[in-house]
Amino acid sequence: MSTTSESKRGSIARAKSRRARSEARLGWLLAGPAFFLMVAVTAYPIAQAVFDSMFSFRLTAPDDRAFVFLDNYILLFTDWGFWRPFLVTVFITVVTVAVELVLGFALAMVMHRALKSLRGMLRTAILVPYGIITVVSAFAWYYMFDINSGFINNWFSWVPGISAELDWFANTWTALFVIMASEIWKTTPFIALLLLAGLAQVPDELVEAAKVDGATWRQQLTRVILPNMKAAIMVAVLFRALDAFRIFDNVFIMTGGSEGTEVLALLAYRQSISRLEIGLGSAVSVVLFACVLLMCFAAIKLFKVDLASGTDASGGKKKEGGK
Amino acid sequence: MTAALLLTSCGEGDDTPVLTWYINPDDGGQQALAEKCTEEADGAYRIQTSLLPNDAPSQREQLARRLAAGDSSLDIMSLDPPFIPELAEAGFLAPVPDDVAERNTQDTLEGALAGATWNDELVTVPFWANTQILWYRKSVAEEAGLDMSQPVTWDEIIDAAIEQDKYLGVQGIRAESMTVWVNALIESQGESVIVDPAASAEELETNLDSEAGRNAAEILGRIGAEGLGGPGIASMDENQSMLLFQRDNGSFMVNWPFVWAATNAAAEEGSLDSSLTEDIGWAPYPQMDEDTPAAAPLGGINLGVGAESEHPDLAFQAIECIVTPENQAEYFVTNGNPPSSASAFEDPRIEEDYPMADTIREALDGAAPRPQTPFYNEISEVIQESFTPVSGVDPDSTPAEADRYITDVLRGERLL
Repeated sequence: MSTTSESKRGSIARAKSRRARSEARLGWLLAGPAFFLMVAVTAYPIAQAVFDSMFSFRLTAPDDRAFVFLDNYILLFTDWGFWRPFLVTVFITVVTVAVELVLGFALAMVMHRALKSLRGMLRTAILVPYGIITVVSAFAWYYMFDINSGFINNWFSWVPGISAELDWFANTWTALFVIMASEIWKTTPFIALLLLAGLAQVPDELVEAAKVDGATWRQQLTRVILPNMKAAIMVAVLFRALDAFRIFDNVFIMTGGSEGTEVLALLAYRQSISRLEIGLGSAVSVVLFACVLLMCFAAIKLFKVDLASGTDASGGKKKEGGK
Repeated sequence: MTAALLLTSCGEGDDTPVLTWYINPDDGGQQALAEKCTEEADGAYRIQTSLLPNDAPSQREQLARRLAAGDSSLDIMSLDPPFIPELAEAGFLAPVPDDVAERNTQDTLEGALAGATWNDELVTVPFWANTQILWYRKSVAEEAGLDMSQPVTWDEIIDAAIEQDKYLGVQGIRAESMTVWVNALIESQGESVIVDPAASAEELETNLDSEAGRNAAEILGRIGAEGLGGPGIASMDENQSMLLFQRDNGSFMVNWPFVWAATNAAAEEGSLDSSLTEDIGWAPYPQMDEDTPAAAPLGGINLGVGAESEHPDLAFQAIECIVTPENQAEYFVTNGNPPSSASAFEDPRIEEDYPMADTIREALDGAAPRPQTPFYNEISEVIQESFTPVSGVDPDSTPAEADRYITDVLRGERLL
């Protein structure tokens, strides 16, 4: 070879960069259409909402549209009418996710340990609530507890505090109880499935070794099983928290936000859809979106959730249905 | 492809213009009228109906969004009167031609006409008008010693219910029916919820924080505190209060005329004791005091034409066909919705099926519409929020708070 070492290096670099460039191009060709589609269906509406949120704009008075910059946000942050739904949403998110995590883990354990012959049936049975459309389950729960048509008051009249005269939806705490119970009933299977995938990830040898070392059941759980499925747990918590924070259907059907059960998504709905105040409604939606982003960011950065490993392990089950 | 779709959407593929009539759910009466008028039009147009959501606020949401987007398929719309000013003010309704207005309002009952007008102009055509009357159990009224041939007051029926340990049929749910009730109580004292209905959002003022508002709150609060609406008062809508009234502890009830047909149907089916219907009487809406005649709630449906409709002339032709007194009478008999035209009440079938038709007619003449303002939705939502649950209504604070809340919301200083 008569070429100098420098030119050799240069040509290698060129070849490398050519290769890198063609790979990058291939990458764009493959992912590009999906990327642009995603941008079109998500980024555009989000940008539109951010833009709209800076206007005072009522759909029935298009001529009075005026730029108000951050006024809508200032109104939100200085109004108890915003903070109350915000706190109710946070409360619902924390309680439902915590309860679902415990129940979901128990269900996952049952599914994991169940006899092979029962496993298929058990999983199907556990998944049934998750397969039901949220609006339908909300109506079912509403009619169960409704003072006029429900049977709960009758069946549970032996429980102190429950009588034929108890109107569950006429009091903040009882109404929230039913709303959260319905939410938990419906989405626990989702968490259980994600946790089941996590359980399957825990190598049997580790558990066996712990047993041989004389670890109690409790020690096996806290020292071996849980640490090994941390990724799955965090993914489950994150997905459910994001989902729970956007709760709408149950509240909309059961109380319509009355008795202090209003949540953020319902607040956005009422401003945009019933009041036709596009500006104010967009501002609430943007704040809701920012909260969700913040939760994602916190989970990924602070708790170091590895979304990729979690989702791979869950066998692509991150897609949530029925909402 | 588009042409093929258009052809299929036009049915047989003929050139007959198709008018879409957005109807509120009923017992099939509007569909029947659409078919009848299509037939009578003899090829001039064809009416197809499209069903709107169940409750009036949701109907408004859907129509307002479509109208704002310039949907040209909104040829004929069944509109609830309180939401008409908002649509009219925004220019979403095609103007009613003078001759159509004249021909179709000659014998319209006063209340219904008021509900079809905005800024002294007819913006929709009255189709049917509804009002609430007082339904009572004859046995209860008799024991209370009330002379039901004379108008009674809220205090009298409340006292009677307390004395006999019975429930009152009222609508305590946080819904449109709460505004209906509060408005009727205030109108029955000769006052209105809004000072100047045509005022802009910045200038709108309410009359809630007044003697009339406090009196109204007093009635609601008393019914709430005494538990007269039953344990399920917070979810009592028109239908639930009818069911409560039908039970043994029913006494008096304010409700729309549909309850008569529904109760009779239930008695015929056997799900209710057949003697119950004989125990049911009717009287004018309760008064606030002995000297002032009650202003019963006004409901009903008017027909409007979308501003972007491609066939406004045909749409008004079709509307004229739909709202003839004969059709209104037919609609009352088959669907239980009273006519807005006085002459329709003379139809002999009405007297037979609705022996209380005279009471309804008289109530309609004195009925008062809910606040006619483009901001009705906000006002109604605040009233619903403030006056529920009725057990929490305090005459000294509730009306004043509602008044402040409404002005704050309309001035953009507070969220709803």
